[in-house]
Amino acid sequence: MSKAKDALLDPLFNNNPIALQILGICSALAVTNKMSTALTMSIAVILVTSCSNAAVSAIRNHIPNSIRIIVQMTIIATLVIIVDQMLKAYAYEMSKQLSVYVGLIITNCIVMGRAEAYAMKNPVYESWLDGIGNGLGYSLILLIVAFLRELFGSGSFFGLTILNPVNNDGWYVTNGLMLLAPSAFFLIGFIIWALRTWKPELQE
Amino acid sequence: MAHYFTIFFDSVFVDNIALTFFLGMCTFIAVSKKVDTAIMLGIAVVAVELITVPVNNILYNVLLKEGALAWAGYPELDLSFLGLITYIGVIAAIVQILEMFLDKYFPALYNALGIFLPLITVNCAILGASLFMVERDYNFAESTVYGVGVGVGFGVALALLAGIREKLVYSDMPKALRGVGATFIIVGLMAMSFQAFSGLQF
Repeated sequence: MSKAKDALLDPLFNNNPIALQILGICSALAVTNKMSTALTMSIAVILVTSCSNAAVSAIRNHIPNSIRIIVQMTIIATLVIIVDQMLKAYAYEMSKQLSVYVGLIITNCIVMGRAEAYAMKNPVYESWLDGIGNGLGYSLILLIVAFLRELFGSGSFFGLTILNPVNNDGWYVTNGLMLLAPSAFFLIGFIIWALRTWKPELQE
Repeated sequence: MAHYFTIFFDSVFVDNIALTFFLGMCTFIAVSKKVDTAIMLGIAVVAVELITVPVNNILYNVLLKEGALAWAGYPELDLSFLGLITYIGVIAAIVQILEMFLDKYFPALYNALGIFLPLITVNCAILGASLFMVERDYNFAESTVYGVGVGVGFGVALALLAGIREKLVYSDMPKALRGVGATFIIVGLMAMSFQAFSGLQF
């Protein structure tokens, strides 16, 4: 049982995919200027990583070694297409806002990396938990960054006004930088700094 | 002509794929420790983008777009949901072919590129360029120019970052910030400076 627990909880802090393995930053940062897009993206990634890990693990003994990348790629691409079509059908506005970034989950290194590094060697249940764990680790960073960017950039949380901005007769002067791309890099840089100060064994 | 120049300039500077769209970040952070390797990877990315974006453009327009199969007698068919799996398949295949081609005819270049070529398959910048091409509805000529521009933009950003990181080795930073943490903050500063280009109009 402890192996299953490790598979689920380890990726949250000790081996966080974004802050430590530096995987999957590609499609992540551009969707973090609002909580709602970040949450949708997180759910999509958790679904894809857990399902692809389980699927790859289920057929791991039947995949010839030389074509394993293509097999994994096909499984992942199929799952991503399902997620993409679901979003288009039930949350069209959201899928417009996320634009190409849903499709880019295919090349999100977390999905591919976990399928290759964990699911190819472990049984289905543990692989599934590992997928969920890594998805959660990814979501954790994504949601922290999105929370800070939305709160300080537009003074709101999930679209609800928390700090009343000046251009709405309020008092809070919004920080425009937080809505721009570079702020996400600064925030992730600071998160990594904080995490490595808290856990010195992770320093380079 | 000016139209193509605008697409090229936009994709290299204003809409730089690494610094404004955050694509290809894993490679961007991992392979930017030395200027030489960064330039090598930049060249490989330009080559792959130059081929994949136009090829995907043809596939999209001839096979996948709504009504594109009218020539085959299926005017109502809309296969655009198969886009993702098609593009990634094309990219994987072209990278593989390019690898074999270089191995046979340009072994020196092949050895220099080494591990980077296969890695390019899972680089989001490549798939991202194809997806943006579809979203913006470029035609064949535009997509060729766009492909080259995206590749050059990625290469330029990569070489610049590598240059900064080479110098950074000598700086005295807090231990926990060294390495990846500092790199992120520098990329953020670079992204801010690239945003200065967005004021340019043609």
